[in-house]
Amino acid sequence: MLSDLSLRYKVPLRISLLILIVALAVTVSLLARSYLMFKQDLFISSENMGRIVARTLTTALLHDDVWKAYEIINAPFSVDSKEAALQADTVIVLDKSERVYVSTAPRQYPMLSDPALKDDEIAILKQKLSQHDPTSRVTIEMPGLGNIYVVTPIDSDGVLLGRLVMLYSHEIYIDRFLAFVRQAAMTAVLIIVLLLPFGVYWGQRLSAPLVELSKSMGQVGSSIPQTPDSRIFKGGDEIGQLGAQFARMIEQLRDKEALEKQMVVSDRLAAIGRFTAGIAHEINNPLGGLLNATNTLQRHGAQDPLTCKTVSLLERGLLQIKATVAALLVEAKPEVHPVTHQDIEDTRTLVMPAAQKKSARLDWVNGIHQPANVPSTYVRQILINLLLNSIDAVPNHGRISCEVSTTDGVLRIATYNEGEQINNHDLEHLFEPFASGTESGRGLGLWVTYQIVNTLNGSIEVSSAEDDTQFVVTLPLQQAA
Amino acid sequence: MRTAVSLARHLVCSLGVLFLLIADAAAVEHPTPQTPVRIGVTAVFLDHQTAFLDDWREYLETRLQRRVVFKQRSTYREIMEMLLEEELDFAWICGYPFVLFRQRLRLLAVPIYQGEPLYQSYLIVPETDTDTGSILGLRDKVFAYSDPDSNSGYLVPQFQLHALGEDRNNFFRRSFFTWAHQKVVEAVARGLANGGAVDGYVWDTLAKVNPELTSRTRVVMKSKKFGFPPFVARHGVDNSEFRKMKAVLTGMPNDTTGRALLQRLNLDGFGQGNEQLFDGIAELVEAIPGG
Repeated sequence: MLSDLSLRYKVPLRISLLILIVALAVTVSLLARSYLMFKQDLFISSENMGRIVARTLTTALLHDDVWKAYEIINAPFSVDSKEAALQADTVIVLDKSERVYVSTAPRQYPMLSDPALKDDEIAILKQKLSQHDPTSRVTIEMPGLGNIYVVTPIDSDGVLLGRLVMLYSHEIYIDRFLAFVRQAAMTAVLIIVLLLPFGVYWGQRLSAPLVELSKSMGQVGSSIPQTPDSRIFKGGDEIGQLGAQFARMIEQLRDKEALEKQMVVSDRLAAIGRFTAGIAHEINNPLGGLLNATNTLQRHGAQDPLTCKTVSLLERGLLQIKATVAALLVEAKPEVHPVTHQDIEDTRTLVMPAAQKKSARLDWVNGIHQPANVPSTYVRQILINLLLNSIDAVPNHGRISCEVSTTDGVLRIATYNEGEQINNHDLEHLFEPFASGTESGRGLGLWVTYQIVNTLNGSIEVSSAEDDTQFVVTLPLQQAA
Repeated sequence: MRTAVSLARHLVCSLGVLFLLIADAAAVEHPTPQTPVRIGVTAVFLDHQTAFLDDWREYLETRLQRRVVFKQRSTYREIMEMLLEEELDFAWICGYPFVLFRQRLRLLAVPIYQGEPLYQSYLIVPETDTDTGSILGLRDKVFAYSDPDSNSGYLVPQFQLHALGEDRNNFFRRSFFTWAHQKVVEAVARGLANGGAVDGYVWDTLAKVNPELTSRTRVVMKSKKFGFPPFVARHGVDNSEFRKMKAVLTGMPNDTTGRALLQRLNLDGFGQGNEQLFDGIAELVEAIPGG
């Protein structure tokens, strides 16, 4: 039950409990100590009092002056306040034969009476006293006795004249002790009241990162959670390390997911590539035959106009099929020379009319100053495809930019346009043939671009946000043979 | 006529000079002596009232034109010894020692209490004791005397026991002295003693100033009347001093301050008194063998 409770509550509760236990333990130990001290105080002060009174009584007993003895033992009682001093309840002076010589409570302990006859406690006391040397001071406190008895011998020149018995009620120090308990309890409550809010605050602060982590962890599996708030996991302690580790794990999960997605797309594109190549190959073989046949027919066949017209029609159809199939297949072009500054500029010249048609602005950065060792035909084809797509995507008076550069052994082509954002679904199928069949094109531009980039072992990345769609192609420069 | 006027003027002048001379002479003749008048007081009254003694001393000093010192001791005997040793000039003592040392003392004044120079001895028991009707009821009990030299607080009960044919030394189980009448009342009130003998005047006065204390005691028996504890002088006291002192004491009711002091003493005044007043005490002394 308690073990299932959230740390959010458990930690503050435990800290509070700890504060309570500490406060109680300190209070109880203080109380225990003060209880003993109160008692010791009583013993010491009463024994001292006994010694003084006994010494003063010596003369009175020697002179058999009862009244003087009575006044001596009554002197401490003239102080009214019981709080002021630890005061005896009753004082009895016993003579040599253990009878009452005089007492502060003459009605209870009359002169010359045997106190043990009336008072059972005194009887027990006398029995106890008989075990002690009569000339020694004795303090007797027994569970059975309601009072504490402090017995002091009264002697003169070593001759025992009598004994001074002082009765102290337990209440005398219990009252003082209880007053102290009240004070200590109030202090403890005050400390607890002051510390508890701190405890709760610390507890929550301590548990917050773990609670957050646990919540985020729980989401792993079904989805990738948000990276946890770095403010909660600051510091280099275990929790901070845990937070950092968790953030890294989330990043890795994201990368992995992106990679997986990319792989799915690549696999699909590769499959489509193989499939289209196969079909193209199957088409190209008979197509070559058919074109040869029509050629032969035009040269050597009947010259009647209808036949000529029909053969020409067949040839045009077959050539269109050839062109389409050729577009699907990226064929190795024979014309291979490194791309030059002029090649890029030529491309610009080629796409300018299309841009002007939409009054679009084309920002152009041509960073190729030395011939770069990448087949120029391919580069031009990629650039034309990307730019025509961009021009197609931007609204009228929109802005397009293009940047071509070489850095660190790669040729980098980047295009930006202000067209509409491409949604996620379309992004996944962007490079498939006929995926985005538009009125103006067959939907093969990006497919071809992708095929070329693949052929050249390069990469193509696309990102699309509001009014900012970006294609970046990187092609490794080939080592000059 | 002229001569007569001038004579008269001369006479007036001379009288004035004479008056001044007399006044001056009087001042020279009665300077405040360095030696004070020493007065011993005993527990025949509530002698623990230091504030009262201070006021009384001031009063006496004004009247006597001399410094006055009150001397207090815990027992009658000590005061008597000081008096006989001439360490005191006057003392307020009990009638019993006066009777004993009559030859060496001079009777100065006797207080007037309730219109006469007499008082009684009271036998008291705790208020809780409702049975005891006489001293015989206190056989084998604890008894409190005030002072062995006190008439009311010792001699009277001793005589009573003697008169009743009891062995006055073993009649009580235990007896003790409190050395003051008021303390006899306290001892009985608190139950320390089962009975006690006390000066009736002290008990009555206590009943006025501390009724809570006396209410815890019960007066069982009042003795016959005896001469009130007298003011005495040692034999060698100068006659003029003796007269002055006597005049001051007996004159106390004549002025406001004196009356106020007497009221605090619960007395009517001080009278001349005579030695016959103490014959009653002398009879007791003679009646008790060895008393």
